[in-house]
Amino acid sequence: MQPFSLVRPNSLSEAGSAFRGDAAYLAGGHTLIPAMKSRLRSVETLVDLSRIPELSDIAVEGDRLSVGAMARHARVAASPVVHEAIPGLAALAGGIGDPQVRNRGTLGGSIANNDPAADYPAAVLALDGVVETNRGSHAAEDYFQGMFATALADGEIVTAVRFRIPQASAYAKHPHPASRYALAGVYVACFAEGHRVAVTGATTGVVRWPAAEAALDSGAALEGLALASDDLASDIHASAEFRAHLAGVMLRKAAASL
Amino acid sequence: MKTEFQLNGRAHSAEAPPETLLADYLRDGLGLTGTHIGCDTSQCGACNVLVDGESAKACTLLVATLDGAQVTTIEGLGTEAHLHPMQAAFRKAHALQCGFCTPGMVIAGIAIAQRHGPDVADATIRHELEGNLCRCTGYQNIVEAIRIGAREMHADAGTTE
Ligand SMILES: Cc1cc2nc3c(=O)[nH]c(=O)nc-3n(C[C@H](O)[C@H](O)[C@H](O)COP(=O)(O)OP(=O)(O)OC[C@H]3O[C@@H](n4cnc5c(N)ncnc54)[C@H](O)[C@@H]3O)c2cc1C
Ligand code: FES
Ligand code: FES
Repeated sequence: MQPFSLVRPNSLSEAGSAFRGDAAYLAGGHTLIPAMKSRLRSVETLVDLSRIPELSDIAVEGDRLSVGAMARHARVAASPVVHEAIPGLAALAGGIGDPQVRNRGTLGGSIANNDPAADYPAAVLALDGVVETNRGSHAAEDYFQGMFATALADGEIVTAVRFRIPQASAYAKHPHPASRYALAGVYVACFAEGHRVAVTGATTGVVRWPAAEAALDSGAALEGLALASDDLASDIHASAEFRAHLAGVMLRKAAASL
Repeated sequence: MKTEFQLNGRAHSAEAPPETLLADYLRDGLGLTGTHIGCDTSQCGACNVLVDGESAKACTLLVATLDGAQVTTIEGLGTEAHLHPMQAAFRKAHALQCGFCTPGMVIAGIAIAQRHGPDVADATIRHELEGNLCRCTGYQNIVEAIRIGAREMHADAGTTE
């Protein structure tokens, strides 16, 4: 790895001011460190967020569940508060990667990176999440901007995500057999006013699926529904047609376990 | 950069540049070559160590972020005369061939036993081994070893819950 300097601030304001020039925040490091090792990414200053205590809080606040950016996947998967409020979210976190990835990887790192095959973005979008940062907040709809792109400005820190607590929700994914990233993953959430459905993995960035939402709201059959999109992903792992089909299968699986 | 942590039960003070990865530090810096580097891309689990009792990939951890942590490598588990129950179970079940994946498997097995107790189901073991690759055994005997090791670990600790 190319040399860099490491800063380990104890507060958000210190972290913000340590971020200068060619800098990056370090969370669990399970995306960033491999990228730096393979020289896809180089930084001069790494600002470690692990010493800022409030970034790991998990709590219910009114009709929302707030999960701190530095909450690790394993912790979200095991948290009684998350199980009580949104069991579908705990299950999603428990299916990310492998135990070692879940012991280090964080919610904030996942959504700051916004890998088009990552699991959390589907939950944030389907659960009408609000992404809180050190500079304000972003509604999920505005936050995710396609492959690896987000509304975060340079140096902006995700502090927490506030998920709206649904009546019921479930996530189903068809994992890539080696990495466990989603070839297609569908999060279905049922709210008083209707369903919200978000798809990850199948497209080049997380999207809502209006046709599936309408079908669930009207009680129409989900059979035969496949994802129609101009942005279907297609690569050596799965063709666009296969991903569109898989999204339908995952939709039915998630809906059946609501 | 100076970092102080517990290594295999002893206080350790590391002096290494910030970009130093734990796997490299253990192997090249301390000669603790039991932590293997298989893929070096965070996939294979050969480099697993315990950090505060949880399994972690040493090839994806910066030494400089470990201050105050308890780190246990394969060298810290047992001795040749007194193997850790999970190591003994691997021998008993013939759970290794070339042995390259074994340190990471044993560490993962201990973490599985700690999380899931003495009667962990095979399906759970398989699911929990998703981050450990073995190119030799076909996994069957590894799953068996972890099942036996989990029982022995909890019997040793006198817990029967
Ligand atoms: C083998 C393997 C399998 C995996 N499988 C899956 C999977 O099945 N599903 C899945 O969704 N993911 C998977 N991942 C990714 C894993 O969940 C990552 O840990 C996660 O995407 C990034 O989180 P992190 O905490 O490690 O972030 P880091 O790697 O530390 O950071 C990632 C990026 O986000 C930035 N960042 C981090 N935190 C913040 C913050 N609070 N504010 C602003 N920017 C920030 C960093 O600067 C960096 O650019 C896998 C990873 C590995 C290595
Ligand atoms: S060497 Fe660390 S995961 Fe393969
Ligand atoms: S025993 Fe050879 S890789 Fe597992």
